[in-house]
Amino acid sequence: MTAARDAILAAIRRSLNRGPLDPATAAALRARVAAHRRNLIPMRAAALDHPARVNLFVAMAEAVQATVARLSSIDAVPEAVAAYLAAENLPAELVMAPDPGLDQIPWEMRPLLRIRRGRAEAADAVSLTPCFAAIAETGTLMLASGAATPTSLNFLPDTHIVLVPADRVVGTYEDGWDRLRDLAGECGEVGRQLLPRTVNFITGPSRTGDIEQRIVLGAHGPRRLHILVVEDGGA
Amino acid sequence: MEAKSRDFSASARAGLANDNLQQALDIMTQRGFPSRRLEVVARLPEFEALREVGREIKDHTLAHLDFYLELYEHNVVASGGEVHWARTPEEACEIVLTVCRTAGARSVTKGKSMIAEEIGLNDFLEKSGITPVETDLGEYIIQLRHEPPSHLIAPAMHLVKEQVADAFRSAHRTLDPNRPLAEPQALCDEARAILRPQFLAADVGITGANFLIAETGSSIIVTNEGNGDLTQILPRVHIVLASLEKLVPTFEDAATLLRLLARSATGQEFSSYTTVSTGPRRPGDLDGPEAYHVILLDNGRAAMLGGEFHDMLRCIRCGACMNHCPVYAAVGGHAYGWVYPGPMGAVLTPSLIGIEEAAPLPNASTLCGRCESVCPVKIPLPKMLRHWREREFAKKLAPRIWRSGLSVWAWVALRPALYHMLTEVASRTLGWVGGRRGRFRNLPFAAGWTGVRDMPAPEGRSFHSLWAERSKAAGRR
Amino acid sequence: MAESGTRVALFVTCLVDLFRPTVGFAAVELLERSGCTVEVPRTQTCCGQPAYNSGDRSAAKAIALKVIETFAGYDFVVAPSGSCAGMIRLHFPEMFADDPANLRRAEELASRTWELSAFLVDVRGMREVAAQWPRVATYHDACSGLRELGVRDQPRRLLGSVAGLELRELPGAEICCGFGGTFCVKYPEISDKMVSDKADDIVATGAEAVLAGDLGCLLNIAGKLSRQGRSLETRHLAEVLAGMTDDTPPIGKPR
Repeated sequence: MTAARDAILAAIRRSLNRGPLDPATAAALRARVAAHRRNLIPMRAAALDHPARVNLFVAMAEAVQATVARLSSIDAVPEAVAAYLAAENLPAELVMAPDPGLDQIPWEMRPLLRIRRGRAEAADAVSLTPCFAAIAETGTLMLASGAATPTSLNFLPDTHIVLVPADRVVGTYEDGWDRLRDLAGECGEVGRQLLPRTVNFITGPSRTGDIEQRIVLGAHGPRRLHILVVEDGGA
Repeated sequence: MEAKSRDFSASARAGLANDNLQQALDIMTQRGFPSRRLEVVARLPEFEALREVGREIKDHTLAHLDFYLELYEHNVVASGGEVHWARTPEEACEIVLTVCRTAGARSVTKGKSMIAEEIGLNDFLEKSGITPVETDLGEYIIQLRHEPPSHLIAPAMHLVKEQVADAFRSAHRTLDPNRPLAEPQALCDEARAILRPQFLAADVGITGANFLIAETGSSIIVTNEGNGDLTQILPRVHIVLASLEKLVPTFEDAATLLRLLARSATGQEFSSYTTVSTGPRRPGDLDGPEAYHVILLDNGRAAMLGGEFHDMLRCIRCGACMNHCPVYAAVGGHAYGWVYPGPMGAVLTPSLIGIEEAAPLPNASTLCGRCESVCPVKIPLPKMLRHWREREFAKKLAPRIWRSGLSVWAWVALRPALYHMLTEVASRTLGWVGGRRGRFRNLPFAAGWTGVRDMPAPEGRSFHSLWAERSKAAGRR
Repeated sequence: MAESGTRVALFVTCLVDLFRPTVGFAAVELLERSGCTVEVPRTQTCCGQPAYNSGDRSAAKAIALKVIETFAGYDFVVAPSGSCAGMIRLHFPEMFADDPANLRRAEELASRTWELSAFLVDVRGMREVAAQWPRVATYHDACSGLRELGVRDQPRRLLGSVAGLELRELPGAEICCGFGGTFCVKYPEISDKMVSDKADDIVATGAEAVLAGDLGCLLNIAGKLSRQGRSLETRHLAEVLAGMTDDTPPIGKPR
């Protein structure tokens, strides 16, 4: 293995007509990485005030066949979930991320809703997860894996419901990732971040155009993505 | 994968005569990728500026590729993963096999990976007793049909839906043979149902990577189906196959390129699933792989650096070039004979398998430049096609008759008096023979032309001879 | 004939020279109307594209040096062809990138070289022509002119001023017609598919005539339309703008 590694690095340097980088250049590159400066950011979501950002998020998400319900408070969630499942003719049961924030929801208001907490299993038809952030520029959900947010919930069930507190709506992917960096605890030295194993940027339900370029939903991931935007913050 | 690029002309002819393929290509050109790209680009005023930034990011990374690879490796290891370096397809395949055997893998799922095609991974694994299951719908379809992909993004785009239905009926024997399979939705639903157990049973999941981030040691996959994600979160082991030039320095750099990628590829603002993976599962995680292996493949990339084809390493595998190429739209992807079709394939393939093997590819182009005009990272594809033609010329790979003909032409072009005399003779002769009809149906020395179209007749005198006469008459220069 | 400080050398192009001198005379007419004096250097032959695109760089360079010599001293060099003008403007400097002395000369020539319609509109400020040509016509954008030189609006602007001419946009105008120099005879079946698609698009506009700024494309398109037995007229942009459509039949049509 080391032989291949050395050979490849040597081949790269030979082609670039130089030896290993001098210390000053290497330091400059490390500094560039540590600074992780943003490149050109499209204006679309960058300069909006919060309400406009949320509206943009909703519009972009709906444009890619996600469905969105806007709720005034976290107390409205159980009713919204129950109503959605009934409207889609789905059984009133779901698997939920064991996230403390979701436990705050008054589920007792809908006692017929059967809720299991944990990762997704093959038989699960509906999942409910929180999100790490919601990206307005393309209606994209940013979900981060963790002990309370298993990734399988995002992909195995046919229907995926995501709770988006309005204060989690940000403008751009870079805004979302900066929040992740803050959370992971960035130290001055590169490589010491503790990122989640998986960060998903999800834009609409699963789809494919592989057959005659006709878009159909529900290829392998969820065919339904239902987003609950809760105005008063919540979890 | 075995290369058949030498047979381009015959394959192209077969493609032109293939009605199903022509129907599929018409779908693409009439209502597919090009029009979708146009719409989505119109919605992003900064798109043109982003192309330039994308180019800069890639150029910067390539100029310091050794640094970024080492940083990337450091961060993969720091997050609990393993990095393997492979110079050749054989080395890469052996590493995959070793990881699979160490994991006691009986079943392996695969997301779409062009690198896997390049190294012939499926054949290699099958010979070693492991059958990888393709999970991307397009890849699954062509796996059933035992054929290679015909497009970077949509591997089965050469097929019409009836062909897909036939493949499913032949392969999925346990299902009711009379079930309706006329619509893409039905086919998609069936593939989903068939493949779901495979996802759940897999011991090892192999994916490619659209980008690798040096800053964090992460790999990024960009998909729409969710198969790549199920491939990389359910099994115990996740293997990432990536070539060296997939590196970018930071997440911000990746975000810029991601803004270009989906728009250029499918005309989407963003793909359904763009996933950043870093190492194996964390302590406390309820799912995710226990082991994360990245195989970095060279296979000719290091040699391309700093040379005439350096710019080709910027490619982010979007497929825009082939979507807009009139030659690709005429003959389809299989004609190119290897993993990478279209304009990027015509430039990259000779670098990876040698110009002798890939000789026809750089010549099968009018150099119209439409590819370059849509490339998100501004790769000068026509220029590099010309570079390959220069290499072929130097190696005398073109047929002798062409080389002689061109030599004669160039020789005459340097001798104006002779040139003008010959032009006047030719124009008078052809003008006289073409005569009143104004065109030739048949010109023996130009059968390539007159085989399919008429040749308009010259007016009968050359411009220079007429100009000389009229100038003399008018007393001017 | 306007005496003017602006001396323009006409780059005739091989195809105009051999097949259709009328285009050259139309170009001269238009250049003179825009107030230039036009000369035709006798020692010009070819821009070297066939050699350059076939990978024979040394022949291409030899021809380029001859072109540089031949066209020295004129204020401008104008070609009724985007591909020849593009060759001189873009590819001559490329060819001499590692030859500083010749690079300077190539860049100097490149800076004075123009495709005809771009020269008339962008340099001479021409906004209209006096011609009339009552037709419904469509326009094909030759690839080099379009992508190497940005020639797109200029022909349309001038054609828009031709009395009686209704110009219909050609869907896929920017898609290659399949000529590509030697490509059309090296890969005849592929070229045929491309020119057939182009012919279909042209016919579908309902136009009676098709125009373009490059004779290579025009010979290719006219040849295909003729083989299909179509009555459509194919002409070079310059002939129409100069009002010389009576001087010669459409390309490929009987006298």
